[in-house]
Amino acid sequence: MTTDGTGTHGAILTDTVPEGGDSPLVELRNAGKSYGNIRALHGVDLVVRPGQVTCVLGDNGAGKSTLIKIVSGLHQHTEGEFLVDGRPVRFSTPREALDQGIATVYQDLATVPLMPVWRNFFLGSELTKGPWPVRRLDIDTMKRTADDELRNMGIVLDDLEQPIGTLSGGQRQCVAIARAVHFGARVLILDEPTAALGVKQSGVVLKYIAAARDRGLGVIFITHNPHHAYMVGDHFSVLRLGTMELSASRDQVSLEELTNHMAGGTELAALKHELAQVRGVDVDELPEEKDLTAPVANPAPGPATDPVAGPGEKTP
Amino acid sequence: MSMTHHAEPAVTTPPAPGRKESDGRTKQRPLALRLLARPEVGVFLGAVAVYVFFLIAAPPVRDGSSMANILYQSSTIGIMALPVALLMIGGEFDLSAGVAVITSALTASMLSYQLTMNVWVGVVVALLVSLGIGFLNGWMVVRTGLPSFLITLGTFLILQGVNLAVTKLITTNVATDDISDMDGFGQAKKIFASSFDVGGVQVKITIVYWLVFAALATWVLLRTKYGNWVFAVGGNKESARAVGVPVTFTKISLFMLVGFGAWFVGMHQLFTFNTVQSGEGVGQELIYISAAVIGGCLLTGGAGSAIGPVFGAFMFGMVQQGIVYAGWNPDWFKAFLGVMLLGAVLINLWVQRTATRR
Repeated sequence: MTTDGTGTHGAILTDTVPEGGDSPLVELRNAGKSYGNIRALHGVDLVVRPGQVTCVLGDNGAGKSTLIKIVSGLHQHTEGEFLVDGRPVRFSTPREALDQGIATVYQDLATVPLMPVWRNFFLGSELTKGPWPVRRLDIDTMKRTADDELRNMGIVLDDLEQPIGTLSGGQRQCVAIARAVHFGARVLILDEPTAALGVKQSGVVLKYIAAARDRGLGVIFITHNPHHAYMVGDHFSVLRLGTMELSASRDQVSLEELTNHMAGGTELAALKHELAQVRGVDVDELPEEKDLTAPVANPAPGPATDPVAGPGEKTP
Repeated sequence: MSMTHHAEPAVTTPPAPGRKESDGRTKQRPLALRLLARPEVGVFLGAVAVYVFFLIAAPPVRDGSSMANILYQSSTIGIMALPVALLMIGGEFDLSAGVAVITSALTASMLSYQLTMNVWVGVVVALLVSLGIGFLNGWMVVRTGLPSFLITLGTFLILQGVNLAVTKLITTNVATDDISDMDGFGQAKKIFASSFDVGGVQVKITIVYWLVFAALATWVLLRTKYGNWVFAVGGNKESARAVGVPVTFTKISLFMLVGFGAWFVGMHQLFTFNTVQSGEGVGQELIYISAAVIGGCLLTGGAGSAIGPVFGAFMFGMVQQGIVYAGWNPDWFKAFLGVMLLGAVLINLWVQRTATRR
């Protein structure tokens, strides 16, 4: 599970590690975004360092999507600062973010389902050969490279010609992660990569998050599952109603506290009170706020922890 | 790009397995079934069936010159069906394709005639007009995000009206004046509408263009960056944009490609008949779209080929001429087309399901 730092991507590592040290790759300072008169996000601070996983947690509508859209170049921030390598930036297209080494793996739109795996892998960055009028795709090299990269990530596919839509959700995420790593991403944004996945598939994806981190990438891991976040995360930011509710490094917060913040303990208590006024709902079985420290009915059963136990424990 | 360092394999846990190893969950299906699953093969079989049918039903079809005639008919549909098919793979429609052909021919014809200039001036201006219409279609679709069905329905109606009204305004007639005695006509006719002799049979040059364009389109689709982008913008526009594919450029250029096709066919018609009927072209756009769909292009985009529409257009040309050779009432043509379209789509569906189920 660990790398010695001299893996296949020496180039990437030498790029990032020397200057990397502790200086952040991407930094948001008091950043915010308004759509017309709707303030979707405000006062957000976020730091992404090489070789670290920064987890962004939050319920639906908390502003997670807006946050990653700013960092990935789909939207522009309207307040605060957005710095890459310490320099203020403002991306107008995802391409500009990619050129800075910021790659995003989207939950649902990472791939074109009907296209073969290898074409998806190189989509938008195709390799070509030959002079202009007959410049054509270098299909052999692309297939070989895609196969090598996927195998390095531990994914073995029989047929790279099969449409990527025939792969499982986890496999597709892994292809997208492998693709981002291959194209020299320094910062990897993962938009709820485990949301639609089963237990085992989630484990596989978490493993690749750890693998990407060990290669020296800065990872922004967006999720609403605190268990998944805690397995690989170095820093945790919880968003609620468009602003930061919690920002803490791993040694400052326990899984229980994280779960509690995520579950919205105060809101649940209010909900219980409301339900109590509805006849027929037995609220005695519902937890009190003080009980919420334990992982209540949370979908991260034992098996998922196994494949990622290594990286999880490894973190100091 | 950083793709040259693969010296050290395996970074993650499972040691990189040998190249030949597979996960053993997919079984290779027999070649015949895999071939049948390709939509081009289905339409090829359909084309053969229609051909054999008319060989039996209409004895004159067996003649070489009849075949040349059928292929000619197919080529005039096929040349337009190609860009329409590419556009469809790219996820868009162009309902104005039929009348755009006439617009292009009218522009070239009236411009050279009214200003008594060399016909090449008209030809070049017509090309610019056609590309402009394509650009406008594409630009409006990309900018508004509205379905191209609506946008091009609008262009279709506009062009249909403009064709008739402007022609009547300028020539006080529904057709343009004969330009066959003008400078450069012979030269242009040689390029757009000549024929050559093959073993005693006169073969129209459009057949050659048709097949060359089809080969070119196939190469572009399967072997170039641009082709990759066409599949991507049709398959999932948002994904394509997110990984850096120039979606706007790809879509607009596809619409302009349809404009180019309309110009080419328009010039062919102009230099074949010397004059243009301004009310024509209505309904042709559906023939082009049908040929592309019969040829296995997915109506919703993202899948298809350039070879399929060649057979699709051949089926149409075959039926159109076959009915005449069989001595039937040509009014049956459209009914026949409808049956063929439904039949082809159903057979394609059935064949693909059977073949992919193994």
